[in-house]
Formats: sequence, C-alpha cells, structure tokens
Amino acid sequence: MTRRCRILYLGLYDYAKAYTLQKKLVKERIAGKIPDTLLLLSHPPVYTIGRSGSREHILAPDDVLEREGIKVFETDRGGGITYHGPGQLVGYPILNLRRHGSDLHKLLRMYEEVFIRVLAEYGVKANRLDRYPGVWVGQDKICAVGIGVSKWVSYHGWAFNINPDMKYFSYITPCGIRDKGVTSLTGLLGRDIPEFEIMATAAGHFGDVFKLRIEAGCAAAEMIEVVGI
Amino acid sequence: MEVRLPFLAEGVEECVVTFWHVAEGDTVEEDDDLAEMQTSKAIFNVPSPAGGTIKEILVSEGDVVKVGDTLCIIELVR
Repeated sequence: MTRRCRILYLGLYDYAKAYTLQKKLVKERIAGKIPDTLLLLSHPPVYTIGRSGSREHILAPDDVLEREGIKVFETDRGGGITYHGPGQLVGYPILNLRRHGSDLHKLLRMYEEVFIRVLAEYGVKANRLDRYPGVWVGQDKICAVGIGVSKWVSYHGWAFNINPDMKYFSYITPCGIRDKGVTSLTGLLGRDIPEFEIMATAAGHFGDVFKLRIEAGCAAAEMIEVVGI
Repeated sequence: MEVRLPFLAEGVEECVVTFWHVAEGDTVEEDDDLAEMQTSKAIFNVPSPAGGTIKEILVSEGDVVKVGDTLCIIELVR
C-alpha cells in the first residue's frame, strides 16, 4: 500500500510562524498523530541564515534592509544564508525519515530530484553540482535546499525560484558561494508560469520521488485543528 | 550508557557539533534532542536513546566528530 502525504497550501506565510508550525508538526509526526506532511508556501521577504552562514554574508547595509522591509532570521537549518520572498515555491516536508531511508544526504538528493523533474517539464535541463547541494542550471542555482532533522523527522526543505525579485539575492552572498549565480524559472523561460501550476507539478513529482500518495488541501481543516494554527 | 554518533548518510563519516541542547546534570527522556550536528546542508539532532541524566559531555560545539564517536554519557533511570 502506498503511504499517504498531506499537503497544506499556506500561501504567503510569515517565516517565524511557519517555523513554529513546522516544530509543532514534527512533534505530531513523531507521535504518529499525523501522516507525512508537505507544507507549500512562500514568505514575505526574509533572509535566513543557516548554521554555516553568518551576517557577514549580508552585503547590504542595515538601513537598506530596513527600507526594503527585509527581516533576518538565524535558524537551525543546514547551510548558509539565503533569501526567501514572494515568487518562490518554498516546501517544508515533515517526513518520518525512518520510512524514507534514514539518510540525510539521500533526502537532499530526493528534493533535488523533484525539481530536476519539474524543470524538465518546462524543457529546462537542470543538474546537481558536486559539493554544492541544490538544483542548478549551468552555474546558477534555481532551487536551494537545506534541512533539519529531529527524532528522524525532517523540517526545513527547499526554495524554488519561480519569479522572485532577483535584486534581493544581490544584497547577500547566497550560501557563502561567491563564484556562482542565481536564476529563476521566469528568467530562464522568458515568460511567467502561474505559481499554482508549479505547485501542482511539484506536488506530483514529490509524490513520485517519495512514493507517497498525495492528499491535497482537503485535510487542511483537520490539520489546523491538530496543530492549532 | 554511552551515546554515539549514529549513521547519518551514505559516504558521511564525520560532522561538526553545532549545538548542545542539554548540559551535564540535565534530565532527558527517550528521543529528546541531545546535540545538533551539521553535515553539508543538513542539521541532525541526535536523539537520546533512553531516559536518564546527562552525566558527562565529551565533545564541544565546533568539534568534528566521527560516526561511532561517543558524544556523552547518560546515567539511566532505574
């Protein structure tokens, strides 16, 4: 029997709130009260700094961040600094990894695989780069990955650039990597793809890669009751 | 009881201790987060294998540890 995975579409959702929600869901997942769950969302503009990043990777002065209304969060995610904002598809899979191989790097490779497949649907040939996790088109990153694991349940995940305002990446050194670039789907195709279309495509490939049966949205009310959001 | 760094990923032999969630003398329950490790783009919280008291912490934040290394010693609840 194929196991199921619930998807919660949260829309534009505050980073700190999403973090709190993930931690609640991790607890519920460990307790077996909820199935594997995938949060799909985007954030208002925010820089998040993972465990190997530092504020030194923010190039813009504080008053620019303030003027642009960008918040900064240091968080317990693997990796360095990255930007999140509207026009991205952020995914936070809350998965019991004991059922998905108990291998942290395999999990990262599976997230990458989802977006390599999504991009292939639009005729974009994407790849991995040795020593640089994420999904790349040439030398430009289009999907960042970074995870946390507690009690063998995952949190954090990926950020896929559909059509974010790319100027925000120029205010930082993404992941501390100086010699590589960042790109977006719109930038590559020269046209806009609706976000809901990417969401549906990504959800489908996510189910395929993880061998999970996707149950979309319909269970949201019940989930909200469980986690109290 | 010795708590050792478990297998984290194929091909990963070592990682960095980034954070201790507990201090010596703390009481923990089974599966509580003990220490946070980082490898590549992943943060892994080492779960407590049993309930008890943290008797001794053997590695510090910033240390590089290998799979199988002892991280701390727990005095089990009797």
